[in-house]
Amino acid sequence: MTLYGILTIYRKEMEDHFSSIRFLLIAALIVMVGVIIASMVGMSMQDELKGVAKPNFVFLLLFTSTGKLFSFTQFIGFLGPLIGIILGFDAVNRERTGRTLSKLVSQPIYRDAIINAKFLAGVTMITIVMVSLILIISGLGIRLIGVVPGADEVWRLLIYLVLSILYISFWLGAAILFSVVFRSTATSALASLAAWIFLSFFIGLGGSFLADAVAPMQQTADVARATEAFINNDRVQRLVSFLAPATLYGDATSTILDPLRKTPRSFILMGPLERLSLSRFQNPLPLGQSIVIVAPFMISLIAITFICFGICYLVFMRQEIRST
Amino acid sequence: MEKEIVIRMEGLTKRYGTQTVVDRLSLAVAEGEIFGFLGPNGAGKTTTMLMLLGLTEPNAGTVSVCGFDPARDPLKVKEIIGYLPENVGFYDDMDARQNLRYIARLNRIPDRVSSARIDRLLNEVDLAKEADKPVGSYSKGMKQRLGIAEVLIKEPRVVFLDEPTIGLDPDGTNKMLDLINGLSRERQMTIFFSSHLLDQVQRISDRIGIMIRGKLVAAGPLAELAQRGLGLEEGEAYTLDQIYMKYFKEG
Repeated sequence: MTLYGILTIYRKEMEDHFSSIRFLLIAALIVMVGVIIASMVGMSMQDELKGVAKPNFVFLLLFTSTGKLFSFTQFIGFLGPLIGIILGFDAVNRERTGRTLSKLVSQPIYRDAIINAKFLAGVTMITIVMVSLILIISGLGIRLIGVVPGADEVWRLLIYLVLSILYISFWLGAAILFSVVFRSTATSALASLAAWIFLSFFIGLGGSFLADAVAPMQQTADVARATEAFINNDRVQRLVSFLAPATLYGDATSTILDPLRKTPRSFILMGPLERLSLSRFQNPLPLGQSIVIVAPFMISLIAITFICFGICYLVFMRQEIRST
Repeated sequence: MEKEIVIRMEGLTKRYGTQTVVDRLSLAVAEGEIFGFLGPNGAGKTTTMLMLLGLTEPNAGTVSVCGFDPARDPLKVKEIIGYLPENVGFYDDMDARQNLRYIARLNRIPDRVSSARIDRLLNEVDLAKEADKPVGSYSKGMKQRLGIAEVLIKEPRVVFLDEPTIGLDPDGTNKMLDLINGLSRERQMTIFFSSHLLDQVQRISDRIGIMIRGKLVAAGPLAELAQRGLGLEEGEAYTLDQIYMKYFKEG
């Protein structure tokens, strides 16, 4: 009985998404650019790999290699949120301005069916876009570089897919939250974009300001103290950057897609033993170990996505719905 | 035979902050009755309806619709009532049929049942010819009539209409009132509708309730209200304006 309402609204939302020109445009744009990036990488890779006896994880390079501009994963990290925002920013206030919301809530369905169905439909669309993107690029890669992914690589790609869907769903949740809070669709669109720009581009700046204030770097001759100050500074910066979903996503994906990376951090404190082990063992990490490194990021992404949707749910359930 | 009471409100109160929007409202509406809820803008008519639907919780008092408490059993109530909000909206890019089908599905009416019902209702509200045009191109009167069809698709026992004639031209108003009248007389539906225009309310209502600033100042058949309010003998002539001004000034 609960499910029935959700399914009916879900079906209508999916129909709306598929016929929405706005969504089709952004999806087409992202698929196009993604494919261009991957094919450029694929073509330049042919040259790069000439003469290498036995390259490892070539297939994953398709997604992580920066080529001429930036890599596919970076591209999704930057512009992926736009998919979520476009799918969600007018989810609820469109019904409000169209005066269909009061009609909808007076039908025999639970009120949360509305918001659940809208979120689910958005997640489904995100999944469709991401799956088709990865499949297109994989197909292209197989043709261009002639390498078939191994089981290990397929698993890594699957985890990458899940991470991407979670990441974009966070932005979907945020956009739906804005659409619940703001009555006008233009306001919620602008608010979503502002949040996206802030959390993606400016939070790093804020982080370094805060780090310099809390743990300033020291210009001393004492190497030990200078190093410690430097590491503290970096720690604060990282802490702040964890507030940004883009950082969580970037760290997680670069580690899962690049088996040679053994830590998501940019600086690590190395003693002689660590240095020795790093120089001795340069083999890629096994899949299980990569997952162990990525797990906290994945859990954090799941957490912020659900917290975001949870707030949205609560606000919507408490809101008074009037026709005027 | 005494008719069953389908809507019962007792001491119903709703406050927003310090403002009391509905003040100790007690009212009962019997099955098959057309009850006209009259009052100026902002008198609390819509809020009362929202409480009857379970969309807003009262601060005090009790409501029951067909024996169910809308605050506790909102789904049961919503299954048997139809609600036409003021200035109802539709999905403008879908046609009339698609709009009706969506609402039918939300009421768990299978498509094979609703198809026939949709065609019949579109005929009844005189929209059969325009049924395949997107609703965005409809006039106000057509939208209101489509709203009525949408309310009827679930074959409700009780119908709440919030200002069904607002913003309609005289012809549209007439069509609307005839439609509402027909619902009650032909299908024995109970109709609870609000308006701020006395002449429209009195044309079709069995009983009238006058609400002013949250308080129900009078309720009963129009003739009775006239006698009581103006102190007239039975059969003595009165004008609608007299009644209107009398009660509105009191409030």
